[in-house]
Amino acid sequence: MGLENLFLGFQIAFTPFNLFIAVLGITLGTVIGVLPGLGGANGVAILLPLTFTMPPTSAIILLTSIYWGALFGGAITSVLFNIPGEPWSVATTFDGYPLARQGQGGQALTAAFTSSFVGALFSIVLITFFAPLLAEIALKFGPPEFFAIQLLTFSSFVGLGGGNPLKSLVSILLGFILATVGLDIVTGQLRLTFGFTDLMKGFDFIVAVIGLFGIGEILLSVEEGLQFRGATTRMNLRVVLDTWKILPRYWRTFVRGSVIGFWMGFKPGGATPASFMSYAFAKRFSRHPERFGKGELEGIVAPETAAHAAGVAAMLPMITLGIPGSPTAAVMLGGLIIWGLQPGPMLFKENPDFVWGLIASMYTGNVIGVLMVLAFVPFFAAILKIPFAILTPLIVVVCAIGSYAVHNSMIDIWYMLVFGVIGYVFKKLDYPLAPLVLALVLGDLAENALRQSLIMSQGSLAIFVTRPIAGVITALAVFFFALPLLTPWWRRLRGVPSPPPVPRET
Amino acid sequence: MRLIARTAVFVALASWLLAAPTPAQAWEPTKPIEFVIPAGTGGGADQMARLIAGLAEKHKLTPRPFIVVNKSGGAGAEGFLHVKSKKGDAHTIIITLSNLFTTPLHTGVPFGWRDLTPIARMALDQFILWVNAETPYKTAREYLAAVKEKPTGMKMGGTGSAQEDQIITIQLEQALGLKFIYVPFKGGGEVCVNLVGKHVDSTVNNPIECVSHWKAGRVRPLAVFDGARIPDADWKEIPTVKEALGLDIQYNMLRGIFGAPDMPKDAVEWYVGFLKKVYDTPEFKEYLSRGALKPAFATGAEYVKWVEGAEQLHRELMAKGGLLKK
Repeated sequence: MGLENLFLGFQIAFTPFNLFIAVLGITLGTVIGVLPGLGGANGVAILLPLTFTMPPTSAIILLTSIYWGALFGGAITSVLFNIPGEPWSVATTFDGYPLARQGQGGQALTAAFTSSFVGALFSIVLITFFAPLLAEIALKFGPPEFFAIQLLTFSSFVGLGGGNPLKSLVSILLGFILATVGLDIVTGQLRLTFGFTDLMKGFDFIVAVIGLFGIGEILLSVEEGLQFRGATTRMNLRVVLDTWKILPRYWRTFVRGSVIGFWMGFKPGGATPASFMSYAFAKRFSRHPERFGKGELEGIVAPETAAHAAGVAAMLPMITLGIPGSPTAAVMLGGLIIWGLQPGPMLFKENPDFVWGLIASMYTGNVIGVLMVLAFVPFFAAILKIPFAILTPLIVVVCAIGSYAVHNSMIDIWYMLVFGVIGYVFKKLDYPLAPLVLALVLGDLAENALRQSLIMSQGSLAIFVTRPIAGVITALAVFFFALPLLTPWWRRLRGVPSPPPVPRET
Repeated sequence: MRLIARTAVFVALASWLLAAPTPAQAWEPTKPIEFVIPAGTGGGADQMARLIAGLAEKHKLTPRPFIVVNKSGGAGAEGFLHVKSKKGDAHTIIITLSNLFTTPLHTGVPFGWRDLTPIARMALDQFILWVNAETPYKTAREYLAAVKEKPTGMKMGGTGSAQEDQIITIQLEQALGLKFIYVPFKGGGEVCVNLVGKHVDSTVNNPIECVSHWKAGRVRPLAVFDGARIPDADWKEIPTVKEALGLDIQYNMLRGIFGAPDMPKDAVEWYVGFLKKVYDTPEFKEYLSRGALKPAFATGAEYVKWVEGAEQLHRELMAKGGLLKK
């Protein structure tokens, strides 16, 4: 890929109109990212009709800028209120919210935004120079490879929770059960709907998360009283610079998160599992795993880097193969057709100005994005100064609107409240929430991939080991599944005493 | 004062007299119109609905905007039931695909096109038999002979289960006495990419889902499941199934618009006029030709008759394929 193409792209991305469009898109996107439920896909879909009168390149810059904004914005409510604005920000709550409660919300947000930017940049550079090659690799991923990846995501979490394994198991099984409700794509039959038409669409992941984390936390706060320390933190940008001094320490996590995020982003729904996997590996390789879940900055760096790297990588299959890597990319793909472009492998040849304009705008969009959100860090952090009695009703209203917005349906608000109670009960009884969320988001994808693979192989499990890529990933997954059993044995072998039991994570 | 009052009365009378001979004001939307898509974002139905909503804005064809909402739950049943519950509503319409027929027949969820108000058929989508371009099969006959030689060995990828792709696959199987391994995926784009990646051996994708991979030389079209070849320049080389195999397997997918049950007549008329204007825009025409969709605008009795026939066809095909709800 010649640099002259990229240069051409920058000429398009740097026109005043396109820069204006990018700023506008990022502002809107950040707002969309902040509002839980109103995800990037909804936001892009709503604005799609407005783009018909624009040139295609400006149109895609507007839509992708909304997407970047949503990727940045998702972290804000995760950190401040324990409510993930977007599915990929769930793991950000684990350490972001404890930090905010310790009066370090500004630090947490700076880390989140900076990590997002680093992850994005990594993916953009890869797309710039290796897009066609990477597309060929993506083609090698069929259902068996996809299932192997899901397996790896689950395995990365095994043995990390500490606490009671039985409780983790209950949580994960509940997640799987909830994930099966609705239409089964393989047989085309409805499952676990008991004749209720409202259950047909299943449980949306984001509604569950708003309830479990957001409402659950609020119920807990009502009971215990909410305390945010450091309500007097000064409102200036010093915190950004101070945090930047600490962040290079986590360079390994940045690299790991970027790599995980990028190669998970190839496939639909990649950003969320990527953020979980990156978090799990950061904790696993950390010298202080016990600090995770209590306000460890690295616990923000890991998921945010991976999420944004995956979010950008989701654009790759869209521009090279014509398949969407994420729900948001799916809507953009529809836009391409409406603007008169044909998505797919010919896009690079037939519309180089569009493709390279888009790639160049990924650089400009993310630079503008990170500067904008960082500039507002003190403002976001100051939101926590609002008294709890005023803030809480507002949060509940925003949660309700968000839940409604997912499918424009009232029943989702009731689901949200029920999940809120479940979240509260789980926390009171010391059941971990993360396995449930992970199972809910991945259960559906993993089940489809597994069954598609088994249909392809006529029921033989060998398909997961005989195909080279699937084989390697499956082997890795098996290794991580076995790790909790191997570790004590390994330590004894080396004469290292076993560490004290690790406290439970969120 | 009196003069003003008199003038006002006079003006009012005059305007009444002038207005009286003209017919009553035609119906127009008085609030935003909810446009339901019983499928996910990014698919064929989604694209068409958003194009219609966008063209309405661009060409100022409606006094109120269209609000497009996806209700894809339960293979579209969520969207259909939502519209079914809006009896008499003049501001709710829905775009349909084949799941209008297949979902109630396969899942038993209670809805059907008779619950809705037919407005207009916009287009019909084609289906093509595709193989990977690196395979040696140059014709449908060669490929299907290979399938016959290798029973339970060849994989057919398709969108969903008990939906159009599987119906066509079963028709092929029954007509030729062979067997595919049918692998369901979530969307048509994903199906074609799995063909390019050689995870499946063939597909019956819509033209638009595979066209770019075809132009890139990665997949090969073998036959069109229709009575006539696609007239567009790029497509007319592809034989029909009848020409290629001597089989009469035809299948088109409806891209049509329905309104809420018992929608007022004058509202239906407005939507018909509106959709005709959309249909005549150059953008819509270009969209149809690029996706090799069959232009097929129809309304009123013609539309109803077509839908009746299509419903009957789906019932027969699904009964033959053992896909009806037991």
